[in-house]
Amino acid sequence: MLLILGLPLAAAAICLRAPLAAVRAVTAATGVACFGFVLALVPAAAHGDLGYLRLLRVDAVSAVFLLATGFLYGAIAVYSIGYMSGGHGGERGSRHARRFWVGLNLFAWSMLVAPMMSNLALLWVAVEVTTVVSALLVAIEDSDGAAEAAWKYVLLASAGLGLALLATIFAYYAGAQVLGQSYDLGFTQLLAVAGRLPHAAVQLAFVLAVLGYGTKMGLVPVHTWLPDAHSEAPTPISALLSGSLLAISFYAILRFYQVAAAAVGSTFPRDVLLAFGVASLLLAALYLFGQRDIKRMLAYSSVEHMGILAVGVSFGAPAALAGVLLHVLAHAAAKGNAFMGAGVLVRKLGTKRIAGIRGGLDLLPWSGPLFLAAIFALGAMPPFGLFRSEFEIVAGGLGSGRYAAAAFLIIAVTVAFFGLAASATRMLMPAPRAPAPLPQGADRGPAAAGLAADGQERRPVVRTGATAPPVTRGEPSAWMVVPVAAGVIALLVLGLHPPAELTGLFGRAVALLGGGGAP
Amino acid sequence: MPASLAATVAAPSALSGSASVIAVGVLLAEFGMFRQALLRDQVRLYAAQSVLISVLAVVVAATRHLPDLYALAVLSFALKAVIVPAVVRRLLRGIGAIGGDPRWSDIAGSHALSVASAVLVAIAVAAFGFFTVAALGIRSPVLPATALSVSMAVILVAFVLMIVRRDVVSQAIGFLSLENGVSLTALVVAAGLPLILELAFLFDLLVAVVVFGLLIRVHHGRAESMSTAELTSLRG
Repeated sequence: MLLILGLPLAAAAICLRAPLAAVRAVTAATGVACFGFVLALVPAAAHGDLGYLRLLRVDAVSAVFLLATGFLYGAIAVYSIGYMSGGHGGERGSRHARRFWVGLNLFAWSMLVAPMMSNLALLWVAVEVTTVVSALLVAIEDSDGAAEAAWKYVLLASAGLGLALLATIFAYYAGAQVLGQSYDLGFTQLLAVAGRLPHAAVQLAFVLAVLGYGTKMGLVPVHTWLPDAHSEAPTPISALLSGSLLAISFYAILRFYQVAAAAVGSTFPRDVLLAFGVASLLLAALYLFGQRDIKRMLAYSSVEHMGILAVGVSFGAPAALAGVLLHVLAHAAAKGNAFMGAGVLVRKLGTKRIAGIRGGLDLLPWSGPLFLAAIFALGAMPPFGLFRSEFEIVAGGLGSGRYAAAAFLIIAVTVAFFGLAASATRMLMPAPRAPAPLPQGADRGPAAAGLAADGQERRPVVRTGATAPPVTRGEPSAWMVVPVAAGVIALLVLGLHPPAELTGLFGRAVALLGGGGAP
Repeated sequence: MPASLAATVAAPSALSGSASVIAVGVLLAEFGMFRQALLRDQVRLYAAQSVLISVLAVVVAATRHLPDLYALAVLSFALKAVIVPAVVRRLLRGIGAIGGDPRWSDIAGSHALSVASAVLVAIAVAAFGFFTVAALGIRSPVLPATALSVSMAVILVAFVLMIVRRDVVSQAIGFLSLENGVSLTALVVAAGLPLILELAFLFDLLVAVVVFGLLIRVHHGRAESMSTAELTSLRG
C-alpha cells in the first residue's frame, strides 16, 4: 500500500532531473509495478478492510477503483513511450517531454491516492489535486484549443468541486450532530452512526456531492468541459482522464451514496442518480452521431458510460451493483484501448477529423483491428467485459422492477453503439478508390471552408486518403500496440470468465454498498 | 436586511449580532466585485472579503473557546488576504494589466449582461439561497443560522459572477470568492472541523491559485486578451 503511494512520487521526482531515456524506462516500470501492487492488494481487500495510520483505508470498493487506475497507469506508461517518441525534437521538445512525464506520474499518483483516503475531506483534497494536475496536462499541448479546453476544464471542475466541498462540510455537520465536534469525517465512523444523522443535512450533502463530483464525472447538465478536455489533451492523458479520472469522481459519489443510503434510505439517492444518469445517457447517445472529431466522439462515449454507471447504482439490486463495479473496470480497459487506438490512427494520418481518417484496417495491421475490438467492446458486444457488466446492470434493473429505466438503458446503449460503429467503420474501412481525387476534393472543400469559418480547424490538416502522399502500411511504434493488446486480453478475461478473486471482491463491495441501506 | 431579520427573531447577543454583520459584509463585498471596473480593485475586494472571514474566525474562536480557530484565522489571513492577492497582482503586473495597458486593466466591458441586470439577477439568486437554506432548518451550534443563509447567498452570487463576467481574471476571482463563501459556511456549521483538514483545504487552494495563474498566462499569451469571448472554437 505504501509502495503504491511512494513509487509514482519517486518516479515524478526522478523525471525532474534524469535523462529522458531513463525517465521513460522509470515511468513504464513504475506503472507496471503499481499495477502489480494493486493486484496484490485485491485478495486482502476482498476479505476485509486494510487501514493504515487512520488516514489510509482500502476496502473492496476502493480496491475496484485502484485496479482500474493501476491497470491504466501501467498501460499508459508503456504506451506513452511510443507516443512521445515521434514528437518534437530539440530543446523545446525535451522540455515538453519532461513536463509530460512528470505530469503523468503525478496525475497517476493523485488518482491512486484518492481511493485510499479514509475520510471524505481528504478524498476531496485528493480529487482536487487530480483536477489541478490534469488541467496542466490538458494545457501541455501548445495550441489555442488546448488553452481553451484547459481553462474551461479548470474553471468548471473547480466550481464543481467547490460544491463538493460544501457537500463535505454538510456531511461533517450531519456527523457532528451525533459524533460531537471533533471527529474527522471517516467513512467508517459516519456509516456506524448513519441511522441517527439528521435527514435534511444528509440529503443536501448528497445532492451537492452528486452535482459537484458529477461535474468531474461528466454527468450531463454539467459535462460540458469533458469533450473539450478529452479532445485537446495528449492521447495518453485523454485515456487516463476518461478511464480513470471520471471513475475516481464516481467513487467519491459512491461514498456519499453509501452514507446517504444508510442515513435516509436508498430511495432518495437512487432517484437523484437515476435522473442524472438518464439525462447523460440520452444526450451522449444522441451526440455520438455526427461527431467530426475522433477524440470528441470517444469523450461523449465516456459521458454515456458514466450515465450507465449512475443508472446502474440507481437500480440498487446486488446484481446491478456488481455490474456497475465490473463496468468501471471494463470501461477503463475499453476506453483506454479506444483512446490508444485512436492515438495511433491520429499519429498515422495526422488529423483528428473523422472525415480525414480512412482505411485504418489497411494501414495498421495491428492497431486497426485492436481499435475495432475496442469500439465493439465499448458498444458492449458479447465477448467483452462491458457486455457482461451491462447485462448484469439490466438484469438487476429488471429484477428490482425498474422496467422503464432498464428498457431505456438498452435503447440508449444500442443507439450509442450505432453512432460509434458507424464512425468507426468509416475510419477503418478502405477509402473508395475509383474517382478519388475529384469527389474527395469537392467533398473536403466546403467542409474545410466551413470549419475554417467557425475557427474549428486552425492547425494544419495533413491531407489524407487518395490525394495525400501515400501513407505506408505499418505501425508507428510497437510500444503503442502492446498495451492495447493487453487491454483487449483484460476485456476478454473480464467478459468470459472473471477470476474468482475478482468475483469475491465484487461480492464484498456490493455487500458494503448495498448492505447498509437495503430498504 | 439579514441583520434586521436576525434582530426581529430575537434580541441578538453581541456575538450573533457581530457575526451577522460580518457575514453581510462578506456578501456586500461579493456584490462589490460585480460592478468593479478595474481588475486591481476586484483583487482588493477579494482581499477585504478574506479579511472579514478571518475576523469572523477570531470572533468564533474567542467566544466559543475553540483555540484551533485562532490558528486557522491566522493562516487563512496569511494565505487569502496576503499571499493569494499578491500572487494575482504579480501575475497581472507581469502581463501589463495593472498600471499598464488600459485594454487589459479595464474589465468594465466584460459583462455579458448590463451591470444593472446582472445585479438584479444576483439579488434574486441571493434571496433564493437565503430563504431556501433558512427553510432547511439546519441549526448551527456556534453561530446564528442567518450567517449560514448569507453564506449560501455568497456562494450563489459567486456563481453568477463567474457566469456573467467574460474575462479570465474575474472568473478566477469568482472561483476564489466561491471558496470564501464555502469557508464561511464551514465556520458556521463545521467550526470544529479538525485543523489538519482545514490546512489541507488551504494548501489546496494555494495550488489551485498557482494553476489558475499559469493558465491565465497561457491564455493571455495565446489570445492577447483577458476576454473569454473568443473561447468558442470547441463545441458540439
